Amino acid sequence: MRGNDREAAVRRLLEQAPRAVPPEIHAEAVRRGGRMLRRRTLARRALWLLLFAATVAFTVWALTARPWVEPPSHTTPPLTGW
Amino acid sequence: MRQRHASRATRRAREFEAFVAGAAGRLLHAATLLTAEAPDDNPRARRLLTRSLAHTYASWDRLRGEDPYDRTRQHLATRFARGAWHHHGGLGRSRPHPAGQLAPLTPQERLILVLRLYEGVAEEQTAALLGLSPERVRAICHRATTTLLHRRRDPAPAVTAAKAVPS
Repeated sequence: MRGNDREAAVRRLLEQAPRAVPPEIHAEAVRRGGRMLRRRTLARRALWLLLFAATVAFTVWALTARPWVEPPSHTTPPLTGW
Repeated sequence: MRQRHASRATRRAREFEAFVAGAAGRLLHAATLLTAEAPDDNPRARRLLTRSLAHTYASWDRLRGEDPYDRTRQHLATRFARGAWHHHGGLGRSRPHPAGQLAPLTPQERLILVLRLYEGVAEEQTAALLGLSPERVRAICHRATTTLLHRRRDPAPAVTAAKAVPS
């Protein structure tokens, strides 16, 4: 019980009549929070855009280069003169 | 789409204003206790609270039933712990505002005392939040209580006693 008494004493020490909160805290928090939200939105958009651009670039490259087609052989000499 | 976005923004603003009106007083007092500043002159506590509230505002739509007060308090505690770690390492040596009630304690002792006794956070949760073991939290809390009550009982040798207590 000794410990509880001490904790209660410290709690009384910490408790205090509530003071008025300056209104600029709310305004500043909203300003900063809004800025963070806007930045996050922008970053998300930029990442989606990047993903889209990468997909388009890959598709275009695949259609032009056709990496799945077997390349013509260069090792066998052409069969001529017989 | 745009309309839904706008209505969500106004709802967020309204709810957040109500939350700040209800909770900011208590949180500001907790922050002032943490920074050990005088209740009337607490620029650091205000800055701490503003940053934490801004984070709560930014994640307001993604809280999903989580308590915003809890979230803000967590943010406050981790931000204070980090700030105390890297730019107030020598807080015990050079303290510009020795006016707060918890001024004789170290930043970590203040943080644990405020979380445990003022905010009533459970020992395990405090330990998890700060990355300590529950036994260590209990020991630090006990030591802080002792320092505080001892100093209050006889304020004359308080300065030497507070300095003699290992951090």
